[in-house]
Amino acid sequence: MTTPLLTLTDRGLHCPDGDFTIDPWRKVDRAIITHGHGDHARNGMGHYWTAAPGVPILRKRLGQYSPVEGVPYGERRTFGAVTVSFHPAGHILGSAQVRVQRGDEVWVVTGDFKREADPTCAPFEPVPCDVLVTEATFAYPIYQWPNPDTVMEEIYAWWQRCAAEDRPAVLYTYALGKAQRILAGLHAFTNETVWLHGAIDGLTRIYRDAGVTMVPTVPVSEMPRSDRGAGRLILAPPSAAGSKWAKRFRGASTGFASGWMQVRGTRRRKGYDEGFVLSDHADWPGLLRTVEDSGAQRVLATHGHTDALLAHLQGLGIEAQALATPYGETEAE
Amino acid sequence: MNAFAALLTALERARSTGRKLELLTAYFKAAPAGDAAWALHLLTGRRPQRIATGPELRRWLGEATGLSDTVLEATYAHVGDLAETLALVLPPPRAGTQAPETSLQALLENTLAPLRGASAEARKSTLLTLWQAYPQGPRLWLNKLITGGLRVGVGEGLTLRALGQAFGLDPAVLQHRWMTPQAPTAEAFNALVDPEQATLHWAAPYPFCLAQPLRDGALPPHPSTAVLAEWKWDGVRCQLVRREGKTALWSRGRDRLEDRFPELTAAADDLPEGTVLDGELLAWAENGPGPFVELSRRLQRKRVTAALQRAVPVRFMAYDLLELHGEDLRPQPLEQRRQRLETLLSPAPAPALLLSPRLDNRSWESLAALRADARRQAAEGLMLKHEASAYESGRRHQSWWKWKLDPETVDAILLYAQPGHGRRANLYTDFTFAVWDQGALVPLAKAYSGLDEPTLERLDHWIRRNTKERFGPVRAVTPALVFELAFDSAHPAPRRKAGMALRFPRIHRWREDLAIEDADALETLRARLLPHG
Ligand SMILES: [Zn+2]
Ligand SMILES: [Zn+2]
Repeated sequence: MTTPLLTLTDRGLHCPDGDFTIDPWRKVDRAIITHGHGDHARNGMGHYWTAAPGVPILRKRLGQYSPVEGVPYGERRTFGAVTVSFHPAGHILGSAQVRVQRGDEVWVVTGDFKREADPTCAPFEPVPCDVLVTEATFAYPIYQWPNPDTVMEEIYAWWQRCAAEDRPAVLYTYALGKAQRILAGLHAFTNETVWLHGAIDGLTRIYRDAGVTMVPTVPVSEMPRSDRGAGRLILAPPSAAGSKWAKRFRGASTGFASGWMQVRGTRRRKGYDEGFVLSDHADWPGLLRTVEDSGAQRVLATHGHTDALLAHLQGLGIEAQALATPYGETEAE
Repeated sequence: MNAFAALLTALERARSTGRKLELLTAYFKAAPAGDAAWALHLLTGRRPQRIATGPELRRWLGEATGLSDTVLEATYAHVGDLAETLALVLPPPRAGTQAPETSLQALLENTLAPLRGASAEARKSTLLTLWQAYPQGPRLWLNKLITGGLRVGVGEGLTLRALGQAFGLDPAVLQHRWMTPQAPTAEAFNALVDPEQATLHWAAPYPFCLAQPLRDGALPPHPSTAVLAEWKWDGVRCQLVRREGKTALWSRGRDRLEDRFPELTAAADDLPEGTVLDGELLAWAENGPGPFVELSRRLQRKRVTAALQRAVPVRFMAYDLLELHGEDLRPQPLEQRRQRLETLLSPAPAPALLLSPRLDNRSWESLAALRADARRQAAEGLMLKHEASAYESGRRHQSWWKWKLDPETVDAILLYAQPGHGRRANLYTDFTFAVWDQGALVPLAKAYSGLDEPTLERLDHWIRRNTKERFGPVRAVTPALVFELAFDSAHPAPRRKAGMALRFPRIHRWREDLAIEDADALETLRARLLPHG
């Protein structure tokens, strides 16, 4: 009996034959990284491989001189008897599914992904496989994303309503990926400047350098002291909500852009004035479609909310199990 | 339906009372009378009868979506609210389709009302059609009407204020008219808001004067001698109305109770025409008030038997006189109303009518001593009323106070958790607690209030990680956490496993300093709380 191609250890999803680990959460020599979010890309690994467009994000997170090697989408690398390639996941800039092949056996690790169009990154590419390791962040049938263009329109309309009332509009959003997706989406409606919290500003530069078209942005630190943000749209990470930084924007209307805003209880509990349903993760139909597209006969689900998905897949005759990983715990969404 | 659904959605998102008032006023101004009547009915907490059970709805949802029971159960547990689960799981109507223009009245009266008692097939086919027609927003509220679970957090007071604003009515006049419940019809609504209409129903009670709680050792801003002190009775607050040779008994919740208490109707026969008494309905033991549970035996029965009347005698303990010989006495100072009440009731025209005694108010110390003795009087504490005060409606005035006893407490172990409602629908907030009984745990009480949001979130996280078993939305957790529960009193409950039940249990605090071995035992609780048991 051969060893499984990938196996869950206390460090991550490990490939014994290729001697590498995908998205490890403890120190390993060779790390394959799906994308630059904090719960997937951590410090302290000996060497990193990631999809080429994701390199600047990883360097920003891990340090300018960290041992990161970019691999173009679709290009194959050999690790012992195992071939590895990166394929667009449509989650954020440089996000990838990792395809691992040994002989004619193929496993795909999706990392985080979505199926909706996103002008800031390459679209998700279905990859046929025998075993699919999928994320399951929004794995309930209540999560069916509205058209993202409609959501962008709602965000713009809210900003304009605030402007008409001479109030600041402070939109809380994850600093990496979601913020830039909104900045790109707003470009269809306006070319007005949007103001950025420092945590978002640096990452947005990386997206501009990658050639993503967005509305003009300026860091809030360059806003004149007397300016209270009336009529402006300001983007900030959720951690800034209620902080001293946020107090400056007196009378602001607050918004939050996240897939969790789909549920009324969460929306009301979080206490933002507006909730925009916008996610960089797959919704329920997206997860099912991806399993189907892959043709996998076995599915392993990460990110915790797996019970409904596993039951549904088992009902379709697919072997489905949960993988206990810490993904999604520290991440944005 | 669309305007009402939009109102509910906007109310839920409104952050200030002012904004809610604005939304409600605008709705009442614009809505046709038939819709406004229903909206008023629903906003003030009247619920339509449900027309489908939870299991039925889940079955139909499964058929409509092809999703299995297991998937729907898990989803429902994640959302915590069935109406919302239904609204979100069903596919949205095709892009560009508009929600039907059906009015709220037509939906309730023509579409939903005939479904009550209809065959499962008929109910299912109508509901599936409705689900397909409405987008997710209105669909949620539609489902709340179907499941009978509509709760709107605006309260009666605010709704009436908005109604008054919309029609330019004096709030006191509106409140008084409102005291007589009306059917949700256009006619009744038009009469309610008619600026000219003045005649009230013969039975109309007055809006109740409510008391402020005294907390943390605070006392009323008056000398004790300027305050009328009485026991705070543990019964049902009522007005006894005698007019046109007839008698009505109203609870504070605007329920007519006289049919359930014929001995009180008889006792009122000898009151002068045009009399309204404010007081407390009490179960009566040999020579004092009986426990509240006894009274609830009487309240639950719509038709009362002679045997039940003998088994649970009742009294009306009067403490205020609001009308005499048809004259509205509410503007008079309490001291004068009280004197006229004492004259009226001494001697009492019937043994079932009692006068709530004045307590010795010579000093705050003497009152504090009496308060400490309240439990022995089967009272919950003291009522303090400024002697110069008029009888004002509601709680916004500063002339009546309730000085309640400190609650009893028990240290109990968390056993089961269930999601809350509304804002807390996907958060575990409703808990069942247990105490020790011969080395085993027996459920003692359910409690859901008393923890702040961050603590609830932390607890929610713990519950999800320490679930032993699931029964639908209920999770059984590993017994590990101890909470201090506060409650007003305990009474025997032979059908419960614990043999006793707590009145108004609420969570005081999370005793993270205690291990489960430190929680209370049933035996000692019984000895402490049920001395006669
Ligand atoms: Zn991610
Ligand atoms: Zn993730």
